[in-house]
Amino acid sequence: MMLRIRIFEEMVGALVTANEIRTPCHLYIGQEAIAVGVCTVLRQDDTVWGGHRSHGHYLAKGGDLKAMMAEIFGKATGCAHGRGGSMHLVAPAQGIFGTVPLVAATIPLAVGAALSAKLRGTDQVAVAFFGDGATDEGHFHESLNLAALYRLPVLFVCENNFYSTHLTLKERRVKDNIVESAALHGLASLVVDGNDVVAVYQAASQAVDRARAGGGPTLLECRTYRWRGHVGPALDLEVGQNRQRDLSEWMQKDPIMRLRERLREEGISDADLSEIEQRVAAEVDVAVSFARQSPPPDENELLHHVYASRRGA
Amino acid sequence: MRELTYAQAIREAHAQLLAEDPRVFLIGQGVWNPWYAGTSLQDLDKEFGRDRIIDSPVSENATTGAAIGAAITGMRPIVFHPRMDFMLLAADPIINQAANWSYLFAGQVSVPVVIRAVINRRGEQGAQHSQALQALFAHVPGLKVVMPATPHDAKGLLIAAVRDGNPVLYIDDRWLYDLPGAVPDALYEVPIGSAALRRSGRDVTVVATSYMAAEAVKAVATLAQRGIDVELIDLRSIKPWDHNLVYSSVGKTGRLVIADAAWMSGGIAAEIAASVASEIFHALKAPIGRVCLPDVPAPTSALLEQAYYIGAEDIVSTVEKVLVSSSRS
Repeated sequence: MMLRIRIFEEMVGALVTANEIRTPCHLYIGQEAIAVGVCTVLRQDDTVWGGHRSHGHYLAKGGDLKAMMAEIFGKATGCAHGRGGSMHLVAPAQGIFGTVPLVAATIPLAVGAALSAKLRGTDQVAVAFFGDGATDEGHFHESLNLAALYRLPVLFVCENNFYSTHLTLKERRVKDNIVESAALHGLASLVVDGNDVVAVYQAASQAVDRARAGGGPTLLECRTYRWRGHVGPALDLEVGQNRQRDLSEWMQKDPIMRLRERLREEGISDADLSEIEQRVAAEVDVAVSFARQSPPPDENELLHHVYASRRGA
Repeated sequence: MRELTYAQAIREAHAQLLAEDPRVFLIGQGVWNPWYAGTSLQDLDKEFGRDRIIDSPVSENATTGAAIGAAITGMRPIVFHPRMDFMLLAADPIINQAANWSYLFAGQVSVPVVIRAVINRRGEQGAQHSQALQALFAHVPGLKVVMPATPHDAKGLLIAAVRDGNPVLYIDDRWLYDLPGAVPDALYEVPIGSAALRRSGRDVTVVATSYMAAEAVKAVATLAQRGIDVELIDLRSIKPWDHNLVYSSVGKTGRLVIADAAWMSGGIAAEIAASVASEIFHALKAPIGRVCLPDVPAPTSALLEQAYYIGAEDIVSTVEKVLVSSSRS
């Protein structure tokens, strides 16, 4: 799955460079272990809530790859029928009710999904994925407090990639202590190596088990690094300080490379791994052809769906 | 038929909805206490339990966002904002999120949430406890906005709002809370988008919203004594609003006065006036009159409040002015 995300993102980056994709794309390259580690723990009826950098969350939770590619192309066959683009992804049957780019906006929505599960008496869990930039918003702090107060089954997964657009963490807060927000509001927390998929999986398993059992919310601060710029495929080496050096260091901690080494140690052959890689690359190629050949949305659809037509009595 | 006050009617709608539908719950500041809500939510927590009647921290953003997340995942929440001013701290969940999601995701996701906001006026509470911001929210595609003016509509519009399946702003006015009126026992809906014809008349149409609809009833009586026959429409629903009823009435009377106790610039009265002028200009015998608040924040001192707020007498004088200007033409 991490490879699927990586290869998908590299293809999107190439198509942005080629100007074939024009919607703003925020690439997840380098952060794949977090989406995959967390979503592997989840059931289909658990919900995930994302932001502008959510291609990885969508795929890891079971969203259809072709439908996302078509959405990024702005086509009628896209997961949001061409209304969303890269920043607005949806797959309700997979528990993805929407990812939207307003920073931190879906954090309270995830709290609401958890409240909904609690009131309906199910053991569903809600997961909010967000970056370190979102922890600068009031949404984040209000939501942590509310979730802890009502012991809601929600996971707050902070993907700390040390950047909020062009500003580094150091330029935005005195301390590198996002995880401490949890203790202030009275919820469990853990700092995780966000480039180690097994570590993320284990941390998420614990947190999800606790949430399902009525033990309340958890904040996971997954430390990782944004390989590309805030938006688009460029490396943005001019932002921050020492980005060139930091990026080289973090690329040595590539989550996919690390898993590959681990699998080798466990006796999985390079041939098996390259076969997976080829299969995924072929799947992405098919998705690009599908997206290219799909029709654009019908102009007559412009005024539809401003309001929901269905009425649940 | 039995009578309830406006606040009692709101309370009864909540109680019947909560009893009817396990998906309905209430969240907001002050819902366990009459301090903000008067009798409009009285003892709902005792009747339905504090799991479903949630008195929240002062976190408008998170509570409104949580209600939206719950709505998206199958619940029918009502969010309570004891002053409309406080609701602005939830502008992101309401305007960026709730309003957009159905459209953004091509109808695959809907947001059946009711966001209730209370308008207060006078009482020397000043600029941040008195704002009437209906126009701000009516501007946004994807939101519906209702403003009941009678106990009957206070109940029926809340029920319609909860069942609508879309984000609906339900705006009530504290100054109407003690107003009595006939209210049926049953669960019934007042359709969103339909105005009420309160009185037929031939000289001038008065379209009024919320508190001004109650004031207009007094104005109409005064004007009748002076031989002026007013047709009175209580708009009830701000978005969508009842174009048909307004157009047919103005088509008959040829004169229009709009009374909305909010700021004039860019307001509901401006929207109605523009629509009438562009759609049925030929029917007008006189310039359109607007009775609105002056474009200044609500003052605190009672003397300034007196100058700031509008009421029945302002409707009377504006109607008379419109009639004079049409007799000159």
